[in-house]
Amino acid sequence: MAEVLVVVEGSVKKVTLELLTIARTLGSPSAVVFDSSVDQAKLAEYGAEKIYVAPASDYLVAPKATVVAQLVREKQPAAVLLGSTQEGKEIAGRLAVKLDNGLLTDAVEVAADGTATQVAFAGSTIVKSKVTKGLPIVTIRPNSVTPSPQPATPAVEDVTAELSEADKLTKVVERVTETKGSRPELTEAGVVVSGGRGVGNADNFKLVEELADLLGGAVGASRAAVDSGYYPHQFQVGQTGKTVSPQLYVALGISGAIQHRAGMQTSKTIVAVNKDPEAPIFELADYGVVGDLFKVVPQAADEIRKRK
Amino acid sequence: MNIVVLVKQVPDSGAERTLSSQDFTVERASASNVINEMDEYAIEEALKIKEAHGGEVTVLTMGPAGATESIRKALSMGPDKAVHISDDALHGSCAVATSKVLAAALGQLNADLILCGAESTDGRVQVLPHMIAERLGIAALTGARKLTVDGSQLTAERQTDEGYEVVTAATPAVVSVWDTINEPRYPSFKGIMAAKKKPVQALSLAEVGVDAGEVGFAGATSQVLEYSKRPPRSAGTKITDEGDGGSQLVAFLATEKFV
Ligand SMILES: Cc1cc2nc3c(=O)[nH]c(=O)nc-3n(C[C@H](O)[C@H](O)[C@H](O)COP(=O)(O)OP(=O)(O)OC[C@H]3O[C@@H](n4cnc5c(N)ncnc54)[C@H](O)[C@@H]3O)c2cc1C
Ligand SMILES: Nc1ncnc2c1ncn2[C@@H]1O[C@H](COP(=O)(O)O)[C@@H](O)[C@H]1O
Repeated sequence: MAEVLVVVEGSVKKVTLELLTIARTLGSPSAVVFDSSVDQAKLAEYGAEKIYVAPASDYLVAPKATVVAQLVREKQPAAVLLGSTQEGKEIAGRLAVKLDNGLLTDAVEVAADGTATQVAFAGSTIVKSKVTKGLPIVTIRPNSVTPSPQPATPAVEDVTAELSEADKLTKVVERVTETKGSRPELTEAGVVVSGGRGVGNADNFKLVEELADLLGGAVGASRAAVDSGYYPHQFQVGQTGKTVSPQLYVALGISGAIQHRAGMQTSKTIVAVNKDPEAPIFELADYGVVGDLFKVVPQAADEIRKRK
Repeated sequence: MNIVVLVKQVPDSGAERTLSSQDFTVERASASNVINEMDEYAIEEALKIKEAHGGEVTVLTMGPAGATESIRKALSMGPDKAVHISDDALHGSCAVATSKVLAAALGQLNADLILCGAESTDGRVQVLPHMIAERLGIAALTGARKLTVDGSQLTAERQTDEGYEVVTAATPAVVSVWDTINEPRYPSFKGIMAAKKKPVQALSLAEVGVDAGEVGFAGATSQVLEYSKRPPRSAGTKITDEGDGGSQLVAFLATEKFV
């Protein structure tokens, strides 16, 4: 069976396990990691038959694309799968140019023949596409499939690629980790609780965080909440923020503008609390409470604590 | 500094968008078209750099004839001139081909700094900046939320899921920006009047130096096979809080096994 390269950009994330799960339906999964400290046991647990270990680098992204391009030339894989993340897309874009090959981004499904299903236009349209030149290079949106384990005993192989001068033009001089506590990552979380302008100020976002923590979820925010300085930008959900597709999305004090929907409309279950009965968010909410979030949310939090 | 800003015209994300039922390309004819929002931030950043360090700002667009509207709008914010690559053969071009055309045009423009949006709101592919850097063999500082220019040295801060990174490179470079980088200015009346007289150079594919067989449907590296409208979500239960809204909400979450 042909290899399918699964690009592990940094550490093993939930999306990595989803990529391995999809890769198994297309061929034999080979994970590509860029750091020898990556959790190889986890990759094995989800079916990696091979692990290619490339050295870490202080240059931005470009060297990773060079490594993957070399592996494609040497191993002739059936496909390359990456996460639909900032870095996954950068590697995919560079790889497509290096190999003069097509690419598909934001897929939620890949069929055995390489046909990818993509969700377009704010979740309103479903598109099926195929790479017609070269092998399928596909980036997959987090939360597209449920990762399932299938233990394998991977062969580990070190890879080195000769970097070009162009690979070494942009240097990473500092990496700053901002603590986000124990909450799951926004795009990968099974539950997302988001606050909008209705939350009123940064301090009140504690209420949103509290509910998120009780539900084991991540915190999101509308653009209006971000622009008003209530919550940091990396948590923005929507057209110009993150796309999330959790099992449960809770919208608190969010009107449901089309650009916000763009980032959350494929969530499995949507719940909204808004004091305006005409708010558009109710048009897509499976369960809506018309009411003041400052009354409804604390009561809900108490109720959850009682049930625990 | 010679700065080129990449500007794409896209269908308004606030309105209904669709694919053409004939050739599955983004329907642009019937849509109300605007400048890709992220590109306005790239224009603003270019103008700020010009104001601080001098130089010239050129807008570069690849798009159908109707894209002139967005080019004039971009010019009304303050750039000096524009280049518009337009050719019937370009219809149906994939990202790989688009990057080939833009890179070829950029090769003629001798830019020190290429600024663009991090992603376009129609395709949301978020790959063009990297593809262009790869083709031109120049540095890329992508997804910047802050940019500092010191002579030929560029320093950018880019958001990551874990926090942020500080990256550096020397010009020539491509920098793609997110909407956190600045606050784009509104065109002034004077700016709008001046934009009407600013030079907009039209370039055909032949003038850019790319073969028609490498672009459009002829040169596409991927193909849309079919598309369908997702059934719109329908409203479920809606209750009005009469003192027990929170409890009822949790009761619903419990039936769905979230608590
Ligand atoms: C190109 C473009 C891109 C955009 N990208 C994004 C994006 O990525 N993400 C995004 O979110 N938006 C985006 N927007 C903005 C979007 O159009 C809306 O302006 C934004 O989503 C509104 O945020 P909001 O719902 O929090 O605020 P508002 O629209 O002001 O709504 C606040 C809601 O809170 C309710 N409320 C107030 N007080 C209470 C209370 N005490 N209890 C209960 N409810 C209360 C109100 O009834 C109201 O419905 C974009 C816009 C454009 C033009
Ligand atoms: N046809 C085009 N003409 C000019 N610039 C473009 C074009 N397509 C994409 N871009 C630029 O590339 C950025 C990223 O686009 P994309 O990779 O399509 O998401 C946009 O924000 C634009 O700045």
